[in-house]
Amino acid sequence: MSTANTFRSGPDEGGHFDLFGGRFVAETLMPLVLDLERAWNEARTDPGFAAELDHFLAHYAGRPSPLYFAERLTQELGGAKIYFKRDELNHTGSHKINNCLGQILLARRMGKKRIIAETGAGQHGVATATVCARFDLDCTIYMGEIDIERQQPNVFRMKLLGAKVVPVGSGSATLKDAMNEALRDWVASVETTYYLIGTAAGPHPYPAMVRDFQSVIGRETRDQLDAAEGRGPDTLVACIGGGSNAIGLFHTFLDEPEVEMFAVEAAGEGIETGRHAASITAGAPGVLHGNRTYLLQDDDGQITEAHSISAGLDYPGIGPEHAWLHDQGRVNYVSATDAEALAAFKLCSELEGIIPALEPAHALAHVIRHCPGLARDHLVVMNLCGRGDKDVFSVARHLGVEL
Amino acid sequence: MSAGAALDRIHERFMALRAEGRAGLVTFVTAGDPDFETSSEILAGLPQAGADLIEIGMPFSDPMADGPAIQASSLRALGAGQNMAKTLDLVRRFRAVDATTPLVLMGYYNPIYRYGNLTFLDDAKSAGVDGLIIVDLPPEEDSELCLPARDAGLHFIRLATPTTDEARLAKVLTNSSGFIYYVSITGITGTRSARPGDVGERIAALRVATELPIAVGFGIKTPDQAAAIARIADAAVVGSALVERIGDGLDAERRPGANLVAETLSLVKQLAAGVRGARHSEAATG
Repeated sequence: MSTANTFRSGPDEGGHFDLFGGRFVAETLMPLVLDLERAWNEARTDPGFAAELDHFLAHYAGRPSPLYFAERLTQELGGAKIYFKRDELNHTGSHKINNCLGQILLARRMGKKRIIAETGAGQHGVATATVCARFDLDCTIYMGEIDIERQQPNVFRMKLLGAKVVPVGSGSATLKDAMNEALRDWVASVETTYYLIGTAAGPHPYPAMVRDFQSVIGRETRDQLDAAEGRGPDTLVACIGGGSNAIGLFHTFLDEPEVEMFAVEAAGEGIETGRHAASITAGAPGVLHGNRTYLLQDDDGQITEAHSISAGLDYPGIGPEHAWLHDQGRVNYVSATDAEALAAFKLCSELEGIIPALEPAHALAHVIRHCPGLARDHLVVMNLCGRGDKDVFSVARHLGVEL
Repeated sequence: MSAGAALDRIHERFMALRAEGRAGLVTFVTAGDPDFETSSEILAGLPQAGADLIEIGMPFSDPMADGPAIQASSLRALGAGQNMAKTLDLVRRFRAVDATTPLVLMGYYNPIYRYGNLTFLDDAKSAGVDGLIIVDLPPEEDSELCLPARDAGLHFIRLATPTTDEARLAKVLTNSSGFIYYVSITGITGTRSARPGDVGERIAALRVATELPIAVGFGIKTPDQAAAIARIADAAVVGSALVERIGDGLDAERRPGANLVAETLSLVKQLAAGVRGARHSEAATG
């Protein structure tokens, strides 16, 4: 494969990042997917749309999120200078609101009255329920039964916000099955319903659209680091399930070869155990949920179950742009185990007074491994994409603490 | 090898049905449901029971366009160890005793992609498959499998749906062959049923755009419903009702009960009687 001369021009008209991406959906959905693409192309070039989105990002979500120098963690690790991009301080507690605000404004432009979404950790479900409440739209969230069990606080939050939470018991009863069920709903309700996908995956135009809405993370990081240090980052680190927070941080910097990037997959109980969610590290290209990407699958092309302590990373695939960036060698895809993420979760709480979500705790686990050997003027930015309130019960359980 | 030259079972069958002045019954069962041997026995009995064309589902772990009945059948088959190689084995077994009933493989793209597209097309063709219906390959992705399948002498049968407008229909028809599968509802398999009146209008519109035979499916469960569709279309497709019957035939330990095959084929006979008793209306004879 040839190396691209820019990493920021994809996808092509058909939604392909070379081999990856595309529009692999049932015929019933194709006219909808094409409609959405038209609406998105109009909206993205409309200054009125951008102004409206900026207004809500600033006054409702609380952007820009701070870029915070993690001084004690930096001292503890004794290497690179570590910054956190604090997207956990956004309204609803994660980066998911960036995309939800963008898509809800688009759904309104399209005249849709009903919103459906899938959720794993519940962060995207909460963000979706939030914007539906704010804009008075009917909201149905599909969530795997196992995820409902381990993310009770978010389930309650969604219900408080007026959403209907539908438990999904099929398959592995986690994020992939919630996405199957949301797609089944969409096929049956195409006329009225907008499917608000929460990660940078699915049929074109979702991966590119979600990336564009999340790229505000990287743009702010550039300005904020420039103000603090007078220069750009050396290393970017983000956790990756579907990959929306990672592509949001990375995309702005992709054409700057001096910026190294790490995306951290969930290694669960360890790659060698087979109980993990590391699609790039241990998967193969395949087609699921509307796009071609790296998938956890067996020799017969059956999708295998993903495992992670973090419900938000518990997905057997990854966004197609990441699959492509991996093949291009532009981004390093690494992994962290449940145990490493838990250790990072505790360390961050103790040293910085910030309880991170288990998802970015995986990114932090890589920061802990990677940073000690680096020079003291090496600038690392880690996307702290969600807060850990939702995880305290499940972490307590893993640590054997009774609440 | 091309679909037209040597042996085109799908074309032959629809010509024969037209000569008889009736519509056909298309039956869908999932390969390997509830297990390989029982599935093979069901397939072998389908033509005698009145199936005019057979769709064999290639089981997939994540059947996104299917309702609970076909999801469950897919999981039963996979649980019993079904895979693509065994699905092609089932086809070979069937072909060893039936050289004329058209066989169409239906399912999702990933198991084929994983098997290897060109190897799959070769193996499917030589096993005796006549056509493919791949739910998640719209015309936008024709270069993936549709065009290679046509080159390999296999029909690529496309779904048209209530959301397919006139402009889109042209695109759907472009590389379609064999027949058109009209999905009568916006929804997943085995859930709602369409009103024959609505379907009739859509079929009339389809007939203006194509000379291909038109099969109608999704939501047809009873002999009466099959008969209603048979009056206006060239074939009625029944799937969920059959795999539900297979599921009902399992005993308490989820093993096939003694009457499972007979009960399943008995439903096919009733459906076939419904279809055969329904004469084509004028609008449908085209």
